[in-house]
Amino acid sequence: MRVELQNIRKHFGEVRANDDISLIFEPGKIYGLLGENGAGKSTLMKILSGFQKPDGGKIILDGKARRFDSPADALAAGVGMLYQEPLDMPPFLVLENYLLGQRRGFAVNARQAAKDLRELGKKYGFDIQPEEHIRDLSLGERQQLELLRLLAGGAQLLILDEPTTGISTEQKVLLFDSMRKLAKDEGKTLILVSHKLDEVQDLCSQVFVLRKGKLVGEAKLPCPNELLVNLMFEKLPPRRERASREQKQVALELKDAVVATPRLELQPLNLTVYAGEVFGLAGLEGSGQEILLKACAGLLPIRSGSMQLGHQPLDQLDYHAARAGGISYMAAGRVEEGLVAGLTLTEHMALVDQEAGFFVDWAGSRARTKERVQHFQVVGTSESTVEQLSGGNQQRFLFAMLPSSLKLILLEHPTRGLDIRSTDWIWQQLDERRKDGTAILFISADLDEVVERSDRIAVFSGGRMSRVVDAAKTNAEELGHLIGGEQ
Amino acid sequence: MDNGQLIAVLASILLQASPLIIAVCGETLTERAGIVNLSLDGTMLLSAMTGFVAAHLTDNLMLGFAAGAAVGAFFALIVAFSSIQLKQSQVATGFVLTLLGDSLSAFLGQEYTRLPGPSVPHFAIPILKDIPILGPIIFNQDGLVYFAILLIFATSWWLFRSRPGLELRSAGERPEAAFARGVNVRRLRYLYTVIGGALVGIAGAAYSLDVKIGWSEGHTRGLGWIALAIVIFGGWSPVRGAIGALLFGATKAAATVLQRAFPEVSVVAFNALPWLLMIGVLLLVSNKIVGRLLVNAPPALKRPLQRMLQVAPPAALGTELKNE
Amino acid sequence: MRPGWLDRIWPLLPVLAALAFTSVLLLLFKASPVVAFSAMLEGAFGSSERILNVIAFWIPLLLCAAGLLITFQAGLWNIGIEGQIILGSIGATWVALSLELAAPLQITLEILAAMAGGALWAGIAGWLKTRGGVHEIFGGLALNNLAIILTNYLISGPWQPPEGGSFRGTVPFGEHALLPLFDGSRFSPLALILAGTAFSIVMIALRNSTWGLKLKALGRNSRSAFLLGVSSNREAVLAMMFCGALAGLGGAVRVLSWFDSLRQSISGGIGYLALLVVMLAAYRVLWVPFVAFFFSAVLNGAIVLQLRTQLHSSLGDILTGVMVLFVLLLGDPIRLRGLRRAKDDG
Repeated sequence: MRVELQNIRKHFGEVRANDDISLIFEPGKIYGLLGENGAGKSTLMKILSGFQKPDGGKIILDGKARRFDSPADALAAGVGMLYQEPLDMPPFLVLENYLLGQRRGFAVNARQAAKDLRELGKKYGFDIQPEEHIRDLSLGERQQLELLRLLAGGAQLLILDEPTTGISTEQKVLLFDSMRKLAKDEGKTLILVSHKLDEVQDLCSQVFVLRKGKLVGEAKLPCPNELLVNLMFEKLPPRRERASREQKQVALELKDAVVATPRLELQPLNLTVYAGEVFGLAGLEGSGQEILLKACAGLLPIRSGSMQLGHQPLDQLDYHAARAGGISYMAAGRVEEGLVAGLTLTEHMALVDQEAGFFVDWAGSRARTKERVQHFQVVGTSESTVEQLSGGNQQRFLFAMLPSSLKLILLEHPTRGLDIRSTDWIWQQLDERRKDGTAILFISADLDEVVERSDRIAVFSGGRMSRVVDAAKTNAEELGHLIGGEQ
Repeated sequence: MDNGQLIAVLASILLQASPLIIAVCGETLTERAGIVNLSLDGTMLLSAMTGFVAAHLTDNLMLGFAAGAAVGAFFALIVAFSSIQLKQSQVATGFVLTLLGDSLSAFLGQEYTRLPGPSVPHFAIPILKDIPILGPIIFNQDGLVYFAILLIFATSWWLFRSRPGLELRSAGERPEAAFARGVNVRRLRYLYTVIGGALVGIAGAAYSLDVKIGWSEGHTRGLGWIALAIVIFGGWSPVRGAIGALLFGATKAAATVLQRAFPEVSVVAFNALPWLLMIGVLLLVSNKIVGRLLVNAPPALKRPLQRMLQVAPPAALGTELKNE
Repeated sequence: MRPGWLDRIWPLLPVLAALAFTSVLLLLFKASPVVAFSAMLEGAFGSSERILNVIAFWIPLLLCAAGLLITFQAGLWNIGIEGQIILGSIGATWVALSLELAAPLQITLEILAAMAGGALWAGIAGWLKTRGGVHEIFGGLALNNLAIILTNYLISGPWQPPEGGSFRGTVPFGEHALLPLFDGSRFSPLALILAGTAFSIVMIALRNSTWGLKLKALGRNSRSAFLLGVSSNREAVLAMMFCGALAGLGGAVRVLSWFDSLRQSISGGIGYLALLVVMLAAYRVLWVPFVAFFFSAVLNGAIVLQLRTQLHSSLGDILTGVMVLFVLLLGDPIRLRGLRRAKDDG
């Protein structure tokens, strides 16, 4: 299918998410769509796939102008989009999830449908078990199902939004193979939305680059990476040299610690994190690294073994005692877990005030908030409510609320969804903390970030922690093997 | 107690539980689509009154049930409109309607208390009624009981085996994803809230026209809340919900028997039973207490026990659809 | 869009709609709405005795509504408030029946026992929610019914008057055990002072206390509040118990001034009514006393209406309920306007 976007515009208030973008996608080819966070990639693809309506412009499929009222409309016209977080039904069976949205028949012929689904999967090399629950599948498997669903729904254009975040190397190879097959053998049009240059180089024949809502360039691939980087960023923020770690004081020590949730029980953990060290945890989502972080924060109990903060045993730790003891935990979802929508920045500051008495010191809290907002460069005022802040500013404000002296900071995906400038700023802040002897233990789905920012790294796979590797002496390939479960 | 008596007791439990089963099936449909209709107690009172008055005035039983269903559907429509269109709290609207249904039934029904009216006639199903044991319990009843039994299997099939049922559940689990698949979430939520409400209305009328014939102020008070609790206990499944309703009926029957056996025990103890039971079963299925008790139990015992007890509500229950 | 004249009179719309709705009901019963409403007005404010009655009924309602402001702030639906009032009445009655002390001491102990009783019942609901995972609506509702059953047991059993087992109530308490009343009415100035104090405490707690801020955070996002250092379970139970104590105090006012003994249906539905008050006031603290006073007038008027016309006094409940319903449905012109716009788009 030949897809043409003409002068697409979409504004959110003052922000021009898409500013007069025109693009053409030819059948049988794989395209890359590149851009920084907030460049307008997602908005453009949501418009193309019927999730959002453009303020202006046209979508032309095989010469015919189309308007989509919903994603289902778009799929009926042949446009399907695969989201980073698949739009499926976790409690459903694989088969039910596949059938949902197909308009044929009233009663379900489960046996026939299961057979069809299995065969469709086989065609693309996916091993599908129709009787499993979606919630028991890995992200990669859920992605495969979504792909099959879109194909069965008649998709001629497939949009894949960051499809390789959080899936295993094998699954990635399988996905790329099937994408190539779809383009070459079936003549489908594919668009890969990504910020991973290597993947785009590997898979795509042409790339479009967006910046601040505008199309700023295109290139035939392969081409030098520098060219793409120059198109994506006006100027690259300078990389800071990290102070080398000298202290050898133990900040956190786990000995044969057993932690479990109803879903997953971790193998006994042995881990030492030193003061002033940045320790990165990699692994597929749900492999156990989140559980370790929560246990250190006192959000999950330690069943057996021991945990020590400095020389202080923490076996029977609860979250609030941990906070008081100098451990800070920052969850991945900022507005869901960390900030309270509807409360102003001042109210947040008053809430975390350690010296608060019975009455709130509003004047003091406001003054403190103003000072912190300025120092942490939060775009907002002391009377803004947190949901009025952008994601980057919410994260900055969370840092602004951290107590001044801390022993350990635990971070879940500290820079997820942030643009490169905010990401860099956050790591600067963490670097400052590090110099004061604070240990930092963080999770990230972004392997590059883990390698670049950590001193040492451990990888989780299926509830088991790998050996600890030195960040300076490892590479993404070695970590990839560890993620796959090799020791 | 001999066999004949036991069969009579079991048959009466089934009859007593039938309206609850109907209400539980209705509310299960509604909640599976993602809306909580909390107004059940008021809805049932008002529909019990309306159903009885309509049947009394027209001497037509079906009109009585139709009036009850209409009242239930109307109250449900208010809940649906205020939550889907106005994004008001479903609890707030449901609670106000609970009180309003109660006071409206008292006011509008004031001239119709303790009057005679038509009641659902007994109808034994030929042949089936002669099956030993089951026959006299299940098939020697009236139309309402048969309707309740059919309804259990119909709603269960609809929810878990039919294509529209897939869409219905998807609206309650993850409306954004359902929308992406072309499911009209708002329309479905309206539809199943109103259908569920109509069934609750029929359940209300079933009390005044069959199980507890007649009308008086506060005729079914409390039973709507019991039905809501049974929906939770039933894990949002019609079959399990029906079992809950039957267990509730059985406990009440047992209380009556025990009361006769131990007249010296105060009547209070037996009146308190349903409410203690309500707290007890909700504690049981919430899994917080049981989970703690079972922490050190062997997995072979723990897993099946937890699977049996633990229930999870539809993930998007009570939340609104965000399109963009 | 600037607020026009429509927006200014908008808050009156639910009131008018509710009056129109009840008028239709009255016409159905061949009663003149004008006659009925003026009878209600007369019933509420027709004489100084009736005005004092409205105030006397208003006091426990205000106490309960003040308590509910706290639980709503914490995001809790304290439907169990009815039971908390009842337990308060029972607590006060227990002291009144079992002790014989000088009036000031006696009354103080009665009030403390009432507050403890209400707090206990609320604490159970809070515990069931935080430790047992039972939603406070269901826990509270079951506890309401258990409280009613307990009352019936007490007045037909241990606290039965010597003359025999009517289900009516206990023996009237002695003069020293009752709140001093104003000029032979049911209005107790002391109760008014207590209610005013309680309301002020609630107001200050919500605006200026660290606790109020914690509850606000808890009510909006309990997970975040917990991560920011709020002990969410403890604060939720405390909020419930605080509300329960005020409801229990309301229960004491009921047995010690409105009545003179523990009766069946002692709460008179004041707890549910207080929930409506707070909803109609849209959780705005300063509106609560006025709305509560208005509701008290409506219900007292409805009782007089029933005496005079034989029309069921639930008309008063209908009027208040419909008003709150219309506030939910029509109260926010912005939402309705958004609705119209959505339709235009489609």
